[in-house]
Amino acid sequence: MQEFAVILISTILVNNFVLAQFLGLCPFMGVSNKLETAIGMASATTFVLTLAAISSYLVNAWILVPLGLTYLKTIAFILVIAVVVQFTKMFIEKTSPLLYRVLGVFLPLITTNCAVLGVALQNTAKSRSFMESSLYGFGAALGFSLVLILFSAMRERLAAADIPLPFQGAAIGMITAGLVSLAFMGFAGLV
Amino acid sequence: MTDMSALELLLTAVIALVLLSAIFGAILGFAAIRFKVEGNPLVDQIDALLPQTQCGQCGHPGCRPYAQAIIDEGEAINHCPPGGQATINALANLLDIPAPELDEEHGEEAEVKTVAYIREAECIGCTKCIVACPVDAILGAAKLMHTVIAVECTGCDLCVEPCPVDCIDMLPVPGELADWHWSTPRSSVELLKKPGIIATDRHGDVAA
Repeated sequence: MQEFAVILISTILVNNFVLAQFLGLCPFMGVSNKLETAIGMASATTFVLTLAAISSYLVNAWILVPLGLTYLKTIAFILVIAVVVQFTKMFIEKTSPLLYRVLGVFLPLITTNCAVLGVALQNTAKSRSFMESSLYGFGAALGFSLVLILFSAMRERLAAADIPLPFQGAAIGMITAGLVSLAFMGFAGLV
Repeated sequence: MTDMSALELLLTAVIALVLLSAIFGAILGFAAIRFKVEGNPLVDQIDALLPQTQCGQCGHPGCRPYAQAIIDEGEAINHCPPGGQATINALANLLDIPAPELDEEHGEEAEVKTVAYIREAECIGCTKCIVACPVDAILGAAKLMHTVIAVECTGCDLCVEPCPVDCIDMLPVPGELADWHWSTPRSSVELLKKPGIIATDRHGDVAA
């Protein structure tokens, strides 16, 4: 039980995928302009990341390893992720049309979110067990959500702030992201 | 490694990937049927907020075509005079956009809700107003006197124009002690709760 808590804390705070490993920066900068969109994107990514971590573990353990095809894992995982994203897209379109409209192009873009592939590849590289893999995916997703929502709240305030002309827009966003990343470095050594 | 085993390895890889793709394809195919979206559900939600007078003042043949146009053509949400500001606010809330003022080009929001009244002695029974009425609130038959079902009438004026003998008046809804209320502020929920003020079959279950 304790090791599971350690995995969660490690992935959410210490080895945060966005701020410590610099994966998944595209949605991090792209969808963080508005808090509501960020929350929608965070929940969609959480769903996809957890499901992708689980299903890529299953594909790896049941198909790739027994057949000696582990060299195909990258292409197989991309296939898995694309399917999970497409499934999520259909599910959201049915259950929450408004969220579907708000997320728009970013929903299919989860496919190319490198954090998703990163989690799957790291799980196999470090040969984690099923529980560890799923928790690792879930923790990575929670960490991504936390950072995305925190950052979007900051950017909402930045939009109203008096920013010097050369720093307006994406520039101040990048600088803020760097500062948040520095702050998260403070968690190093926690686990 | 002999040629044979290399070929075997290649075949295993190809067959495994093809099978994997086929399984995933089947899952997605099932999901496409299971989560099939009939039309655009957002159109239904918008249609539910519109007053259903089918009056055509927005420039569309009815409330549902207008809802469709809002989604497909990006039509402005302030073209509905019968719904007034309350409907605009509810639509803006649903679509998460700022609420505009009512577009005066499409008509003004009626200060007082009116109901059509047929002066029955003058009615010649031509049925032209029955055809014009979008909500079937006029009762009658050819060469027989017509009358208006007051609770169904939305006060849209569409029956006044076709009447050949001008026997239809638009009268303000008489206030009674039972349904008297403070004139301002009005919310869409409150208006819908009172039958006869806005013609709708839904009472009170509106997303404000």
